[in-house]
Amino acid sequence: MIKFQNVTKIYPPDTVALNDVSFEIKEKEFISIAGRSGTGKTTLLKLILAEETPTRGRIFFQDQDIHKIKKSKLPDFRRKIGVVFQDYKLLPSKTIFENIAYALEVIGASDKEISQSVPEVLTIVDLLDKAHKFPSQLSQGQRQRASIARALIHRPDVILADEPTGNLDPYNASEIIRLLLKINELGTTIILTTHNKEIINSLEKRVVSLDDGKLIRDEEKGRFIL
Amino acid sequence: MFNLLKRLFKTSWLNFKRNWGLSLATIFILVMTVSLITSLFLVREVSQFLISQFEERVDISIYFKEDSPEEEILKTKDELSKMSEVKDVEYISREMALEKFTKRYRENPLLMASLEEIGANPFLASLNIRAWKPEQYKTLVNFLETAAFRNLIEKVDYYQRKPVIERLSLIVSTANKVGVGISVILVIIAFVVAFNTIRLAIFSQREEISIMRLVGASNWFIRGPFLMQGIICGVFATLITLFISFLTSWLISPKLENFLLGFNFAIFFLSNFWILLFIQLLTSIGIGIISSLIAMRKYLKV
Repeated sequence: MIKFQNVTKIYPPDTVALNDVSFEIKEKEFISIAGRSGTGKTTLLKLILAEETPTRGRIFFQDQDIHKIKKSKLPDFRRKIGVVFQDYKLLPSKTIFENIAYALEVIGASDKEISQSVPEVLTIVDLLDKAHKFPSQLSQGQRQRASIARALIHRPDVILADEPTGNLDPYNASEIIRLLLKINELGTTIILTTHNKEIINSLEKRVVSLDDGKLIRDEEKGRFIL
Repeated sequence: MFNLLKRLFKTSWLNFKRNWGLSLATIFILVMTVSLITSLFLVREVSQFLISQFEERVDISIYFKEDSPEEEILKTKDELSKMSEVKDVEYISREMALEKFTKRYRENPLLMASLEEIGANPFLASLNIRAWKPEQYKTLVNFLETAAFRNLIEKVDYYQRKPVIERLSLIVSTANKVGVGISVILVIIAFVVAFNTIRLAIFSQREEISIMRLVGASNWFIRGPFLMQGIICGVFATLITLFISFLTSWLISPKLENFLLGFNFAIFFLSNFWILLFIQLLTSIGIGIISSLIAMRKYLKV
């Protein structure tokens, strides 16, 4: 589904974020990208989203070279991907309902579809009673669940979760991971970046480990190894 | 399409209400800008009115010799009336001139006594000529000096009034040029201030714009609500400016009417209401939209 082919990313003048990384992600897979801070995890996700371009190498999404997509077509491409950020990135002046509905409005959904789908997704993330609150009125765990709901609402092929538990306490963190696992069981590919040892070890899923921008390990039932 | 517009308006209106502080600041700046442009428009109209009033009061007189036959004078009047430079010509006979003088100075015993002393009517028949523009008097005088009836003419008083007429022509043309220059500068300044205010408003929402892009919104999908908000602010600014303009006109009109030789702000405002509304809407919405488009370009680079 997603293929990295000898990808190197250098930020000028000489910061090497990724160094000759190659691997593939299959459909419906749950994969964790592990490594300490600054090791290239977020850069990897930005490359998939076409927010950054590789210095060398190519990245394919469903057999299409991502960085050959025309700029005018990038919004269509990004709609196939749901993103969950460490800092939630919810629109502060919209309610939770409106934040999630926005992802559907962007793809041209009708008011009827929105009024049906949004409550369903809010139920999945257990935020139905908070639908008309603003992000500032929610706890961090609730905000992250809202962010997941938004990532999920337009039924993307893949969800990128960039350190989604980074700002959360252990209770909320495990809830978020459980939610992502549930979404994966429903058929969505999940790419999770994290440096949380407990999370990775508890998942027993594929782990790709990065160190100084290099891929050092790729294990089917990986563990966090220092 | 209708649903899209409905959704766009609903979103924009919600944003407008929820960011009311920012919206108020934008409306305030737009009111200042539109008020300035409205004032310049009014000042220009007042200037044109005053200039025309002054021009009305400028004229030249041709005095005919004592023995000039009246029918010759009237023929001269007809010939002058046909000239394109001449606005109107008034014939004042010797008797009419005497009557005017007597009426004007009857309370002045010295002048009345002098007149009685002279015995006969000392006044000459004259033609009082008004041109369309002050600079046209020179053409008329040149014509008079070469015309067939020049032998009937005793005196043309243009040369005494020439400095005033030339000064008036200079004032009119300078006032127009300076007025246009100042207006252009003030309008540019007003636009720059309004543009920067809107740019700052959009700068404060750059994080939201970047989130919208990450969620997959296209550039026009992101721009739409901001542009619509600009239009909403523009409409409010226009309504407020109209109200302030009307109130101000209504209050100052009676006080300034005499000073401005009869120019009535309130009547002018009402009779030009639709033009003023159009100018104000065009300005406020135009600034709102153009400023939003330019300010957002930086944050919409894909």
